[in-house]
Amino acid sequence: MVVPFGVSLYTVFMLLFDKVTKLYKDNSLALDNISMNIKPREFVSIVGHSGAGKTTLLKMILAEEEPTEGIVFFEDTDIHSLRRKEMNQYRRRIGTVFQDFRLLPDKTAYENVAFAMEAAGRSDEEIASDVPHVLELVDLGRKMHNFPHQLSGGEKQRVAIARAIVNQPDFIIADEPTGNLDPANTYEIIQILKKINDLGTTILLTTHNVGVIENLGKRVISMKNGRIIEDSAEGKYHL
Amino acid sequence: MFWTKIKRVVRAGFVSFWRNGYVSLASVLVMTVTLSVIASVMFIGALLGSTLEGIKDKVDINVYFVKSATEDDVRELQRTLQTLPQVALIGYTSREDALKQFRERHVSDSLTLSALDELSENPLGANLNVRAKDPSQYEQIVNYLQTRIDSDAANNVKVIDRINYTQNKQAIDALSRIIDASRRLGAIVIGFFVLVSVLITFNTIRLAIYIFREEIAVMRLVGASEAFIRGPFVTVGLMYGFVSALVTLILLYPFTYWIGPLTLKMGTGLNLFEYYGGNFGQLFLIVTGAGLFLGAVSSYLAVKKYLKV
Repeated sequence: MVVPFGVSLYTVFMLLFDKVTKLYKDNSLALDNISMNIKPREFVSIVGHSGAGKTTLLKMILAEEEPTEGIVFFEDTDIHSLRRKEMNQYRRRIGTVFQDFRLLPDKTAYENVAFAMEAAGRSDEEIASDVPHVLELVDLGRKMHNFPHQLSGGEKQRVAIARAIVNQPDFIIADEPTGNLDPANTYEIIQILKKINDLGTTILLTTHNVGVIENLGKRVISMKNGRIIEDSAEGKYHL
Repeated sequence: MFWTKIKRVVRAGFVSFWRNGYVSLASVLVMTVTLSVIASVMFIGALLGSTLEGIKDKVDINVYFVKSATEDDVRELQRTLQTLPQVALIGYTSREDALKQFRERHVSDSLTLSALDELSENPLGANLNVRAKDPSQYEQIVNYLQTRIDSDAANNVKVIDRINYTQNKQAIDALSRIIDASRRLGAIVIGFFVLVSVLITFNTIRLAIYIFREEIAVMRLVGASEAFIRGPFVTVGLMYGFVSALVTLILLYPFTYWIGPLTLKMGTGLNLFEYYGGNFGQLFLIVTGAGLFLGAVSSYLAVKKYLKV
């Protein structure tokens, strides 16, 4: 659905939550009247304890959950009104990175990344040229033919990041990407995400790692009980 | 790009087929049984049909005349019968020829021949052997002859002694009933096995969808098209059908080779092995078509129910 008013207003934002509430069937309130926006090229972190509503918010963006009230816009489109084909096109513009990596265990690093390109309908030539390049970008050029069980946690997450960026998305969602990593690997992953952001991709990160937030020094949205309790451009947070 | 997508979907289908080897094997086995039942019903139909044709070929009407019937009487009826559109051929056997044939048939039976010699005159009447153009027309010819017998009886004349069609008719009717019953029974058995096959293949593909849930989740996340996500599972269903059809057709070769001479000996007039070879194209199309259809239906139902895109 194209917004019927002020197109210019929405072209300013990449993502806009307009008074979004999510009430589950068991009457638990996951999101409570959330309004926020993310501009293109921004790097935004969302912090909060378990049950704060971080995951529901991400699922809203991925259209895996529908709001009970309110609208979620991606640029000028209500993402929950998209038809199946349009939804596929939309999802191709978003890259996702998860805490548990979600790599396919019987595929090598190269094949995991290539699989995402195949699924997005990219040609064999594009796959052959882009996959090694992206794996080099996350410093895994030498291990591209290793299977996930042959990689460390940090390396697995780098494969997941490579998979997320290989289709050149406009927006990357990283859900607790450092949750399973030691400090050294956490630092590396954050540096990679910063580099991707510097190249022009908008990033939304959820975390409860204070060190990550402080290291980033970028905008932080703090959530509690389904509400935004602070939105700080200076990186202040409430945990 | 279209062919690249097709290639990827088919390749993913192959991967799924091999990765779930034992589950695939179960599906292929059940589908092979179903396709074998379909082929068997075809074979039984061919055997019964051939037997029926053989009997029909032997069917004729013998019109036996009383001894007092003159040759003119017989010839007159022969001419009349020949004017009927249903009649193809009429063979005339005179009283003398009938006696000669009787003696030839009983040449080793001295008792019968000596009893015949005791008689002062030829006990046999002339007869006409009538063949219809089509087996279904015998009834009309018999009706005509019966009318003729009734009309003679009304005039106190008896030229025709008896007609021997009824016995043959009963045999044909009985075999026709057996063929109809076997077709109905075959349809029921096929229906049962089709249902079992669809259910098992349906569950096999459901299991494959479960096994590939991680891939499916990744595909969804990166915005893969519906065809890309669902295609491999439909391909797997079609592969089950195709492989089962090939296995069935291969197994039928030694089976028909073994049973072929037996079916011929049983008097069906058909060697099943020759039938298999002679009708392989038709058999291939029916068995493969049925296999692909079963696979497609099963996978379509499973994907529709368990793979929401």
